[in-house]
Amino acid sequence: MKKLLILGGGTAGTITANKLRRRLPSTQWEITVVDADDNHRYQPGYLFLPFGTYKPSQVTKSRRKNLTADVPLVYGEIDMVDADDDRVLLTDGRTLDYDVLIIATGVSPRPDQTDGMLGDHWGDSVHEFYTYDGSVALAEKLRTWPGGRLVINIVEMPIKCPVAPLEFAFLADSFFRSKGMRDKVEMTYVTPLPGAFTKPIAAQAFGDTLEEKGIAVEPDFMLMEVDNDKSALVSYDEREVPFDLLVTVPLNMGADFVSRSGLGNELNLVPVDKFTQQSKAHDNIFALGDANDIPASKAGSVAHFEIDIFVDNFLEYIDGKDMTHRFDGHANCFIETGDKKAMLIDFNYDWEPLPGKYPVAGVGPMSLLKPTHLNHLGKLAFRWMYWNMLIPGRPMGLPALMSTSGKRTDLVDTPH
Amino acid sequence: MPTTTINGHDVSVDDEGFMTVYDEWDESTGAALAEAIGIDMTDEHWAVIRFLRDDFKTQGATPTIRRVSTAGGVDTKKLFQLFPKKPAKKMAYIAGLPKPAGCV
Repeated sequence: MKKLLILGGGTAGTITANKLRRRLPSTQWEITVVDADDNHRYQPGYLFLPFGTYKPSQVTKSRRKNLTADVPLVYGEIDMVDADDDRVLLTDGRTLDYDVLIIATGVSPRPDQTDGMLGDHWGDSVHEFYTYDGSVALAEKLRTWPGGRLVINIVEMPIKCPVAPLEFAFLADSFFRSKGMRDKVEMTYVTPLPGAFTKPIAAQAFGDTLEEKGIAVEPDFMLMEVDNDKSALVSYDEREVPFDLLVTVPLNMGADFVSRSGLGNELNLVPVDKFTQQSKAHDNIFALGDANDIPASKAGSVAHFEIDIFVDNFLEYIDGKDMTHRFDGHANCFIETGDKKAMLIDFNYDWEPLPGKYPVAGVGPMSLLKPTHLNHLGKLAFRWMYWNMLIPGRPMGLPALMSTSGKRTDLVDTPH
Repeated sequence: MPTTTINGHDVSVDDEGFMTVYDEWDESTGAALAEAIGIDMTDEHWAVIRFLRDDFKTQGATPTIRRVSTAGGVDTKKLFQLFPKKPAKKMAYIAGLPKPAGCV
């Protein structure tokens, strides 16, 4: 009996286990998932918790129940991967052997990595919404916050769901308007990027939306520290941005065991081949979802398309064949823009997000890079699709590889 | 792909002037590029540029500021002093490497 061990029972780990269990004979392959607890979070929901749109109970389900019954879930903290001996050590002393290992332990916000962030104001005037506890605490804060200078900040790229801080800004604008207090809130978006987003055409569209909503942008801001005496962000080039309420996206890092095991880069991400997600250091280790270092968004959408391709490659790999499928970095994301509207972007390694229609050229029904009510309904419907289609590994009817059909490719000279 | 003449050599560059062919660079080219953007090169500057060159060769990508700081041992504050305002872009430009990939 061969053993496939999957570290992490989140989005990538669960989809992979559920899909592969159907494709691998149970007489030949045992598939086991390891995670520390039973709370599978619907992380896109963290965006809505602070504004009271979702209730905490709507974003959590059982990891165990999301996994097919014939995949055992081992509860335990990972101490390290012993790649030379093909085994994983848990902190309680248990050892798990594998023939093939999949690392799907994602990334986590690390406020401890920025000087002063975990200072006196943490949890009071310094908040984050990238954890369940953080987004619940921020909801409580916003409920009674009287207004003032709201600063939304990204410490450093890459982060999970790179559009989420923009969405937070757009939704906060709507939230304060609906409470009749928008005039009491001065909003600034402080980013290490040269503009609102990484890719030029989308950056322009999002930048225009920020401007329309009266949200100032402080670009190229490399955060050095949170100055607790001054209640201000301080950059390496000595700019200061004072705040009354800071909503930051801390540095995102992979799990510490990845680096303890010698498998990680400086952000604890596993270096992999960007087309197959196979570890560059060990042939029988793959890293899927946010845990790897591919130059794509860290998002469930990427994990979804990546795993569609990975499953076919994996079947070739265990047959001793060359892996012939190539993941293209495809992702699509809804971006809430407030007032019950959303934009949609669809892109990959080579093509930046462009205007057009999706998924059917000329027809849609979704519009790319344009705020519409239908996109907003799509975003809300996605929670149901996540739990009922994506996580069980059912086909969603969307092609895994990106298509340029229906897109304004004339807007760019070369794919980028 | 445009070409330009730096220090008497024809080199390939992208639209923003970043060199695109690794082996077309040498330290005299680097010195000329530094002068063009107003950086007065010291030993400390050269140590950083040599790290970038070596790291690119083994990793296949221009290192990020975080990588220069953790793997190269020059902290971020120092990099901002050596290459003011936009160290990531300026280091890559002088080292003759592609502009650091804007993360996604």
